[in-house]
Amino acid sequence: MFVQFSTWDIVRNLLEGGKWTLGLSLIAFFLGGGVGLVILFARIAHNRLLQSLAKAYIEVFQGTPLLMQLFIVFFGLSLAGVDVSPWFAAAAGLTLFTSAYLAEIWRGCVESVPRGQWEASTSLALSYPQQMRYVVLPQALRIAIAPTVGFSVQVVKGTAVTSIIGFAELTKTGSMLANATFQPFLVFGLVAAAYFILCYPLSLYAKSLEKKFHVAR
Amino acid sequence: MSLVKISGLHKYFGSNHVLKGIDLDVAQGDVIALIGRSGSGKSTLLRTINGLETIDKGELVVDGTALHDGKGDLRALRQKVGMVFQQFNLFPHLTAGQNVMLAPTVVKGISKRDAEDIAREMLLKVGLSDKFNSFPDQLSGGQQQRVAIARALAMQPKVLLCDEITSALDPELVSEVLAVVRQLATEGMTLIMVTHEMRFARDVGNKLIFMHHGLIHESGDPKAVFANPQTPELANFVGAVQMA
Repeated sequence: MFVQFSTWDIVRNLLEGGKWTLGLSLIAFFLGGGVGLVILFARIAHNRLLQSLAKAYIEVFQGTPLLMQLFIVFFGLSLAGVDVSPWFAAAAGLTLFTSAYLAEIWRGCVESVPRGQWEASTSLALSYPQQMRYVVLPQALRIAIAPTVGFSVQVVKGTAVTSIIGFAELTKTGSMLANATFQPFLVFGLVAAAYFILCYPLSLYAKSLEKKFHVAR
Repeated sequence: MSLVKISGLHKYFGSNHVLKGIDLDVAQGDVIALIGRSGSGKSTLLRTINGLETIDKGELVVDGTALHDGKGDLRALRQKVGMVFQQFNLFPHLTAGQNVMLAPTVVKGISKRDAEDIAREMLLKVGLSDKFNSFPDQLSGGQQQRVAIARALAMQPKVLLCDEITSALDPELVSEVLAVVRQLATEGMTLIMVTHEMRFARDVGNKLIFMHHGLIHESGDPKAVFANPQTPELANFVGAVQMA
């Protein structure tokens, strides 16, 4: 039995998939940000063990493809007897991926706060948490805003990979539509346009933040 | 009784023996100028006095707070020792007033209102009472350094360390900073300063210390030491500095 798809049907279905892409991106970005913050504090802690654990975490997730991470979460948990939905596996995988990258980006920002700031606050008898809270993090935060927004573009594009474990976001919806309509060029052109519409404002925003920060320095 | 007492202090950077047994007594109200070639250990010595550099061996006592071989209550020590840096190191995200208020509120737990009073008093002392709400990047180098002095003074330190505090300044801004330091000296503040301002060291200091190869090579009354160096190393150094 054949169903005829109008262009509007294609767009309507893609919008449905796009909602999941957007939702997954937001979840990955904010949960990843939260986990990333924890990893960051471990990475810059004075405790050597915490430091090495955080470093290992970051290197594992930065040194392996996102796709493998998703496979491991999805199939690995199934093997362990935990039945996970593609939705859960996608959110968990992307959160881990995002947290590792954000932790590393933020570490760079903390380390770019000049040594003199540490020395001055040390000489004023501030403790390490006080130095972080009042002197270093407020400055690192300003430096971090632009690259963090910039990285959010990578998260949005990263969600495309979750189509492979069967999560029906934009790309997966696109391939199903392409198979059904025999119009892959039209469908994937629209899919690409949708990603662009999601990502381009973020890129622009990151650029403007970068400029603003540069002027403020 | 001495305010700062250093005995048998040794410091290594890796295999580099930078301080080779320093003994130094500083009395209340002393104004000490530390001079010497770069690499002589003068900045390192200064930085050990508030624990910015660790001490490998020896004893440091500041107003009863002691470090034995580098171990002791560093934060207690730092509350008694203020420091002003060559590069000012003001906190750029805070106003001049907030820079001065931060440590009293956070470290000493003084209320915001009282800390603000202290900050206004300290900024007045360095001649910047109108800059309370200015951010560091709105101030000249000389003004920033004076805020840095006010920031250190707000903790009411027993001794103030100055690490080449005029070296990063344009020549025309040096005098306004030195004027503040001179004022502190006449008010009886105990000062230990690493400086290249030889005339200032001679005029304001009551003790001059010449460091050479990680040791105190010669010391004494600045005027006498400058006029009549006892060692060829100091004579050389004084000659080189005066030529410059």
